[in-house]
Amino acid sequence: MTARPVETEAVADEHAVLSVDNLSVGARHTPLLHDVSFTIGRGERVGLIGESGSGKSLTALAVMGLLPEGLQASGDVRLSARTPARRNLLGVGEREMARVRGDGMSMVFQEPMTALNPTMRVGDQVAEVMLLHRTQPSRAAARRRVVELLEKVDLPDPAHLARSYPHELSGGQRQRVVLAIALANDPALLICDEPTTALDVTVQATVLDLVVRGVEARHAAMLFITHDLGVVATVCERVLVMYGGRIVEAGPVQEVFADPRHRYTQGLIGASDLTGAEGRRGRAALPTIPGSVPPAGRFPEGCVFRTRCAHATQRCETLPPWVPRGPHPAGETAYGHACVHPAGGGTT
Amino acid sequence: MLLRFLHRLMVLVASVAAASVVVFAFMRVLPGDPARVALGINASEQAVAQLREQFGLDRPVLVQYLDWVGGLLTLDPGIEFVSKAAIGPQIADRLQVTLWLVVCAMVLALVLALPVGIWMAVRHRHWDGVVLSALSQVGVAVPAFLAGIVLISVFAVRLGWVPSGGWVVPAEDPVGFLQRLALPVVSLSLVQAAVLARYVRSAVLDVLREDFLRTARAKGLRPVQALVRHGLRNAAVPVVTVLGLQLATLLIGAVVIERVFVIPGLGSLLLDSVAKRELLTVQAVVMVLVVAVLFINFVVDVLYLVIDPRLRTAPR
Repeated sequence: MTARPVETEAVADEHAVLSVDNLSVGARHTPLLHDVSFTIGRGERVGLIGESGSGKSLTALAVMGLLPEGLQASGDVRLSARTPARRNLLGVGEREMARVRGDGMSMVFQEPMTALNPTMRVGDQVAEVMLLHRTQPSRAAARRRVVELLEKVDLPDPAHLARSYPHELSGGQRQRVVLAIALANDPALLICDEPTTALDVTVQATVLDLVVRGVEARHAAMLFITHDLGVVATVCERVLVMYGGRIVEAGPVQEVFADPRHRYTQGLIGASDLTGAEGRRGRAALPTIPGSVPPAGRFPEGCVFRTRCAHATQRCETLPPWVPRGPHPAGETAYGHACVHPAGGGTT
Repeated sequence: MLLRFLHRLMVLVASVAAASVVVFAFMRVLPGDPARVALGINASEQAVAQLREQFGLDRPVLVQYLDWVGGLLTLDPGIEFVSKAAIGPQIADRLQVTLWLVVCAMVLALVLALPVGIWMAVRHRHWDGVVLSALSQVGVAVPAFLAGIVLISVFAVRLGWVPSGGWVVPAEDPVGFLQRLALPVVSLSLVQAAVLARYVRSAVLDVLREDFLRTARAKGLRPVQALVRHGLRNAAVPVVTVLGLQLATLLIGAVVIERVFVIPGLGSLLLDSVAKRELLTVQAVVMVLVVAVLFINFVVDVLYLVIDPRLRTAPR
């Protein structure tokens, strides 16, 4: 990893709600995440993009302390708010970690159809998270708050809906309930893992809007995982591009999307074609990134993207250093790339 | 919910009615005249004719059937051909004994299987979970009567802690009753517990993989809390299914254990009546067993509705 000036880090940590340093995750002989470092400030919305299998969800689960059995995390994960003495969450026991989950930070998952308990009334599932963390004094108070929360996520007739079971709700409605659960205790950090991927296109926009409104109202930090670059552009201010378990590029959404430096980012943006159908008409098929994402643990040494990169040279066989692209209040991991022959303004 | 309940109830009534026809018809289809069969080949033609007339066996089959069903509905299935003893009280006596056995065995099996099954699922990657799982696999393969014989040879013969068999009425000698109940109940329940524990294990394993359990963890529930509050109810549906099947098997399979431990249960009555060729008694006992099994199925169906709200509203 690159050596960073100490003062920059101190400044970055001061306003950071979440700071992740050198996070690595792996099974016994298979490394899956390498030295992932980033911070998210109060009220900041950061996108995490990349193809399936690049390590996005794993990053989120590691932060939440919900890694599947058999995976170990190392590094440093700190949450500024309501953390046990601002300790590294990776070293905190399950009991204390459970106190942070659902309170200091919470998560919305990809699949709303199966995310709720089918045998429990929706309202009880929302109330549970408040009673568990004692943010409401009584069952009755929690029940009243549930109706407010369901109303805030634009669910019709919330008092009646609170008494229904999940199977009586549509996918979009269920995801609103999951969002209400995640926001119930006003978390400092909300992690969303592809929250709209499973929803109808018509519902996606409204749910995204609710997510942003909910986060803004609480001035919470958000980590938003998606493979939809259009969604990142509308929801997030800053973006992290992930490939092969590493962050290969980071920066403000506008800059990164308009002028990507890492060849992988360039490929992703090319394959997404954010100009829309109008610009595409009459043109050749969308460009794609050649090859496919290698299976976990089979990424090459050095630059993880070099086996699919048209510009790869011998220099790519050693791990490219992080190149800061400009000053950023969240520190130099927030704006830069790791590529020795970057696209755009960089040197070849 | 109420509509679904009434629907199940109607299914129960219809199945019982259908079962009564089948049981009755099956007994009449058997070759030979029931009166002749009961009295034996040496009885005089006159005695057989008299018995036939006395029991109305010369009437049309439909009339006989209706007469029999009427008797069942008033809990009076008639008297035996030869001894003229009333069948109803005999069944009541024997059923009581068998119910003690079956219910105690099922409760014990459940008490053993639930914690063990859950433990096996939660610890399925650890050595203790694997060992328990292997043990339960062995338990499944042991027949109840073998367990019974082993238990008798150890606890009754070698250690002399309990009698090797027999039966006393609980009200007359509570201690003796419990002593005689212990071994048959344990031998019945060990095997059932092993089978049940394996089903509990797989149901809990399935539920542990569910997304909503991850949601529960993300809310701040610890793993065990999440399993207890959100997992177990969802794991209950397959377990209740197996429980119903096991209860039915126990009720009918208890006959073997009743023989091993010389217990005067319903199964023994059935075997004795078959030996004595008492058709009416056999018919009544079979009907009681069939109704019991159908009723167990009905209770299982109703439990589904209680456990899983998705089954309540789904239109047929």
